[in-house]
Amino acid sequence: MKILVCISKSPDTTSKIAFTDGDTKFDENGVQYIVNPYDEWYALVRALELKEAGGGTVSIITVGTAADDAIIRKALAIGADEAVRIDAEPTDAYFTAMQIAEYAKSNGFDLVLTGKETINYNGSQVGGMIAEGMEVPFISLASKLEVNGSSATADVEIVGGVQTVEFGLPAVISAAKGMAEQRIPNMRGIMAARTKPLNVVAPADVSALTSFTSYAMPPAKSECKMIDPENMDELVELLHNEAKVI
Amino acid sequence: MSTLVYINSNDGLAKNALEAVTYGKKLGGDVNVVTTGGADEATLASLGEYGAGKVMVDRSVTSNDPGQIANVVKAAAEATGATTVIFSHDFIAKAAAPRVSVKLKAGLVSGAIDVPEGNKVKVNVFSGKAFGYVEVNTDTKIISLLPNSFQPEAGGSACGVEEFNGNAGEAAIKVIETKKPEGDIPLPEAELVVSAGRGLKGPENWGMIEELASELGAATACSRPVADIGWRPHHEHVGQTGVAIRPNLYIAAGISGAIQHLAGVNGSKVIVVVNTDAEAPFFKAADYGIVGDAFEVIPRLTEAVKNFKAAN
Ligand SMILES: Cc1cc2nc3c(=O)[nH]c(=O)nc-3n(C[C@H](O)[C@H](O)[C@H](O)COP(=O)(O)OP(=O)(O)OC[C@H]3O[C@@H](n4cnc5c(N)ncnc54)[C@H](O)[C@@H]3O)c2cc1C
Repeated sequence: MKILVCISKSPDTTSKIAFTDGDTKFDENGVQYIVNPYDEWYALVRALELKEAGGGTVSIITVGTAADDAIIRKALAIGADEAVRIDAEPTDAYFTAMQIAEYAKSNGFDLVLTGKETINYNGSQVGGMIAEGMEVPFISLASKLEVNGSSATADVEIVGGVQTVEFGLPAVISAAKGMAEQRIPNMRGIMAARTKPLNVVAPADVSALTSFTSYAMPPAKSECKMIDPENMDELVELLHNEAKVI
Repeated sequence: MSTLVYINSNDGLAKNALEAVTYGKKLGGDVNVVTTGGADEATLASLGEYGAGKVMVDRSVTSNDPGQIANVVKAAAEATGATTVIFSHDFIAKAAAPRVSVKLKAGLVSGAIDVPEGNKVKVNVFSGKAFGYVEVNTDTKIISLLPNSFQPEAGGSACGVEEFNGNAGEAAIKVIETKKPEGDIPLPEAELVVSAGRGLKGPENWGMIEELASELGAATACSRPVADIGWRPHHEHVGQTGVAIRPNLYIAAGISGAIQHLAGVNGSKVIVVVNTDAEAPFFKAADYGIVGDAFEVIPRLTEAVKNFKAAN
């Protein structure tokens, strides 16, 4: 089985969020990039588990510039066989997804895995767009994935519960919490990652459909009102009359 | 200007469906609703009260198959000449809206929290730590509205309901089993949430959290370590790497307020924090703070809510 895992970078979760150039650009000053947690902890690790159990290959793919090679090596250290970088700025979800769909179609993958969203743009768009581009099923927000030959089953989130679904391969799956356990790369993995193949591929001709034009920080919170722990009637009264939430 | 709102009516009309129709009305112009699912005609006609001019229902789609839903939405958008297509950013929209975006080659804006200004739509970014403005470069735009960003506003009267054939095609995804825990309030759409963290010491102490939640009619949530060690189910984990929520009220007991936790909850309208440590970072993000032991404060709060309900 051939598995393709989509990898995105995102700022470390403790990064200070700030903007420059008149609030039109994310301020990368002092920001550490990590592999987007959903891509790494769930999509990539589940792909490796499936390979360990049933054989095959795991490739990772990212749409990005040479500056992203460090992130790709981080992901390779966890254990994929090879990496592909589509050499372009990932301008929007559509652009990114169409690049990956093109590559996946012409290289015959059985399974394409993404994280359920990135922690910077939180769009949940790329997986579904890849599936539409490949004209295959899209299994969104899966917390469990099993492959049986040419079909697979997954547990997916629905309002107030979970549903077990079955579908044929190839398919695109977005991975949510529960699908796998985070793996910490070991020294051998990190060393091996340095020499694993990283293929740089020219982008297909696609135009973005959207663009971020500016950013803003939320207004600062007003002072926290402290309440006597003995007096919960006061809290209830404030929640009712002042905050009007109950 | 013509707006098409997709809602799912498999389980009747959820609040976030009414929010999406209300939002559609705020854009001005015609509002048509397209739906898949089994709701009866009178129920669907009631969407007129929230601003729908007409409801188109394709009853051939009985599951949540995103491929089928995307086909129906595309057909309805073309049939009504829609320039804006609205979804509520729930699990169905996350699966189907990207497919519609590719089919129509129309820019998709996910997690909108305000009405568009021209071609620009405000969204949450960095898991709620900041806002972004997304410009759509195509004539048709698709907006997936973050639940609980707008409240439903009824005022109009019932509208017409038409059967619609959206050429849905075959379902590619077969449902084998559905598990819905009885009585649980789903977290992403909940208006009130009671949440607890490692300060509660162990899973056996969650009874008081559930009691407060049930007294308030709230959903329950937890911090990440609590889900990771298995004290609570994964779907309750809120934060940057869990569920992002924006309820009207978020009560956090025994949670320190780490930046990754705050990212998923700071869209809440009102935050109440209970913590023994007066220096806990969560107090900086809170509206009401109680420095105290959750084991005493939470049962006391439950009592106070009971008394309040009895008196009102
Ligand atoms: C990449 C990454 C992603 C992450 N994503 C998330 C995420 O999505 N969500 C998330 O929650 N975390 C996330 N974390 C973890 C986060 O950094 C914190 O470790 C976590 O939120 C702490 O959980 P906690 O507040 O329950 O526990 P602790 O930090 O241990 O805090 C317990 C709190 O309880 C208080 N307390 C103790 N006893 C009592 C008592 N009797 N009554 C009242 N208060 C009491 C203590 O004073 C303390 O403030 C992430 C971390 C990383 C590195």
